[in-house]
Amino acid sequence: MSNLFARREQSRSVERHNSPRHPWLAGPYIFWAAGFIVLPLVLVFYYGLSGPDGTFTLANLAAIAQPIFRNALGQSLLISFGTTAICLVLAYPLAYILSKNRSRSGAFIIILIVLPMWINFLLRILAVQMLIANNGIINMILGHLGLAQMRLINTRAAIFLGTAYDYFPFMVLPIYNAMCKIDHDIIEAAHDLGANALTTFRRIIVPLSLPGVISGIIMVFIPSISEFAIADILGGSRILLFGNVIEQEFNMSNDWHTGSGLSLILMVFIIISMIVMHRVDKDGEGQIIW
Amino acid sequence: MKRKSLLIFALCASLIFGLAACGGSGGSGGGSRGENGSITVFNYGDYIDRDLISQFENQYGITVNYEEYVAPEDMYTKYTSGAIDYDVIITSDYMVEKLMSEDQLLPIDTSGMEYIDNIGDRYWEFCRAFDPENSYAVPYLWGTVGIIYNTSMVDEDVNSWSILWDEDYANSIIMENSVRDAFIAPLRLQGDSINTTDEAELRAACDRLVEQYPLVYAYQVDETRDSMISGEAALGMIYSGDATVAIEGNPDLAYTIPREGSNVWIDCAVIPASATNVEGAQQFIDFLCSYDAAMANFEYIYYGTPNEAILDDLDEEVLADTTIFPTDEMLENCEVFRYLGSEADALYTDLWQIVKTSN
Amino acid sequence: MVEKRSVIEKVYIGVIFVLLYVPLGVLAVWSFNNSISRSVWGGFTLHWYADLFRNAEIMSALATTAKLTVSAALIATLLGTLACIGMAAMGKKLQLVLTTTTNIPMLNADIVTGIALMLLFMRFMRLGFSSMLIAHVTLAVPYVILNVMPKLKTTNHAVYEAALDLGATPFYAFIHITLPEIFPGILSGFLMAFTLSLDDFVITYFTKGPGINTISTMIYQQMRRGINPQMYALSTLLFVIILIILLAVNRVSARQDDPRR
Repeated sequence: MSNLFARREQSRSVERHNSPRHPWLAGPYIFWAAGFIVLPLVLVFYYGLSGPDGTFTLANLAAIAQPIFRNALGQSLLISFGTTAICLVLAYPLAYILSKNRSRSGAFIIILIVLPMWINFLLRILAVQMLIANNGIINMILGHLGLAQMRLINTRAAIFLGTAYDYFPFMVLPIYNAMCKIDHDIIEAAHDLGANALTTFRRIIVPLSLPGVISGIIMVFIPSISEFAIADILGGSRILLFGNVIEQEFNMSNDWHTGSGLSLILMVFIIISMIVMHRVDKDGEGQIIW
Repeated sequence: MKRKSLLIFALCASLIFGLAACGGSGGSGGGSRGENGSITVFNYGDYIDRDLISQFENQYGITVNYEEYVAPEDMYTKYTSGAIDYDVIITSDYMVEKLMSEDQLLPIDTSGMEYIDNIGDRYWEFCRAFDPENSYAVPYLWGTVGIIYNTSMVDEDVNSWSILWDEDYANSIIMENSVRDAFIAPLRLQGDSINTTDEAELRAACDRLVEQYPLVYAYQVDETRDSMISGEAALGMIYSGDATVAIEGNPDLAYTIPREGSNVWIDCAVIPASATNVEGAQQFIDFLCSYDAAMANFEYIYYGTPNEAILDDLDEEVLADTTIFPTDEMLENCEVFRYLGSEADALYTDLWQIVKTSN
Repeated sequence: MVEKRSVIEKVYIGVIFVLLYVPLGVLAVWSFNNSISRSVWGGFTLHWYADLFRNAEIMSALATTAKLTVSAALIATLLGTLACIGMAAMGKKLQLVLTTTTNIPMLNADIVTGIALMLLFMRFMRLGFSSMLIAHVTLAVPYVILNVMPKLKTTNHAVYEAALDLGATPFYAFIHITLPEIFPGILSGFLMAFTLSLDDFVITYFTKGPGINTISTMIYQQMRRGINPQMYALSTLLFVIILIILLAVNRVSARQDDPRR
């Protein structure tokens, strides 16, 4: 055991040369990263933690207590948790069914499910809008059936529908990938040892697919909590999400300080979800989607 | 397998777009455009006949970067952020006044302009309310704010702002998504001036808007036209020119200026202090005053034109259309927006946020 | 029992497909509708498609998107690949710092990345094509590194060293030994950069210059102006192109897979 350990240590200390040893080749990128990744974030921190007179203040963070921003954050959390839940409930069985059937057709179905993702997301939202408008397709059908019209467009339900529709593939793919990695032998071994289908599912499939589930959750949760364009289009400006108020602080109120402060608060939520992801998902399932 | 196919797919897509790039740049390469520099123009959404831009580019050899905004407040923010150097801004009366009060405008030299005389005296007079010397703003278009309604969905006569609070039309009412415009309705219902800075009056108006919120289909500006044409909503607050276009698209629609009164506005072209090509900006403004440009614009967006040269050539029927050319009687109760100072601006913004988050 | 279950499974897949594709199908059908209204069928027409190609705004957005996407992907690939080679030769600590920094744009919300870049551009430069390009490159480089780095780490260092021992210059050895080995990583990095840049809306929205639109921001503006059936035509066209390519790819790879079975 200790021998093995020592060997690993040794191999780590061996200098590996598989490309020219020129650290300076990273120079351009280091400048780039300093200028366009670090510096912009420093600016967000600078504006977020200072007042219009340039002095240090926490007022921009405290702004979250104002009803407008609190309300918007609440809406965003509601939408993002709700969307994540809807996607998970719909995607999990689908991924399970498809992964059981690891044939070409299963892989092709996955491609078809991811296919809408290749279409510009705004056009997908346009499609949803078309269905749920006051005189859209759904209400037209309801009308023909003599049923009451539904108020869908420009409500919270519309935003739910739009975000869930948009991000659904982000949930399916990581779960599917995680499930495909599960060794068939394990499942068979479980069967041989007398586990029934339900037990196998509960004790083997669920735990082993968990990293995929977590990745899926993160990949739906993060974009939906910072969403603003969908709410703009499907919410008729009646419902402001956190992304909308941040955008408005910059583009309408011209208040960089409050806007940056709110961005910092948004980042807190993202960092929390990153920590959760890092704890559970060490394989980096989430990187599979691009 | 899956990965590979995605890769191949992306490769194909990049090829297609590569070709599009070549095609695209090849198309815009010809002609004499851009030899006299470029100007950046900032205008309301869908507020010019787009063909005029390429006409101007070809005639004057100046490239136009054309950018649109929704509400004057958005424009102001974008302008003051300084990220883009605009050469010509087309905006409304009170916003011109605000920019003037902040020394953000350059005087326009109209002496060398070929077409400037086409603008009628009464419109210069109109502008003197906020530009006493007529030195900063050249009238572009004018109009009113009123209610557009679908006669197949609204049976009663529409003549008051109060119909926008009628629960029979829940989910069928469109409100302006522009702060000053949205406050017109409640303020006039209360009998207050649309230029009030009285906090109690404004808070009362805000309460009315909050009360109205559950009935509102959407807060929008440029989309209202299409929403009304397609029958998405029964009633909406709208600008007169958009109303005319909408009525043309759907004959069931009608426009009215409520009896409580409303806003009559004039939009002007100004040259902001950020301008880097003042000469080009002047030429663009001059071009807008030309007969051809004014005519093309009028036929495209149907706002009242200050260009008297084209009035003679318009049909009787068009001239009699009170949506485009309201009578003096209709304008009797209408006020012009004034700039209210930064304190009142901030109050308006706060109240507007309260309305928008009142769900 | 088994059959019943597989029926339920098929139905479930079917339902999901309906949910995913009905909206797109509706768009496609309505792109042929000779009426601006959504509730009235005004007869079959192709004129929205014709208008689409005559629409200067859409065509220029297409050209901008193409230019932006291709150049951003190329620059990002070059920058990222060089960075990987450099990083591989670095001390562990410095490498960790750089990797962490690289992760930021991948993990952060797009709106924050977009706003952060916007603040930078507003303070220190102007908004225009170059600001969009910088933003897109910044967004894409991490994904290039993500693809190239693992390949570089798993290349066989013995071969490279052997080449050096046999008198090859490091540059020659790199071109002939390392590069072919990491090339798949570079290619997938490039394609990922390309796709990201193509699909991006949020970051472009915050960093775009006056009068310049990509397809995404153009669609956004058009949608705010009201529903324009040309947009239905555009989305249908894009969808059909993608579908055809995918079907073709699937066909080709099916044929390649067959002999092995």
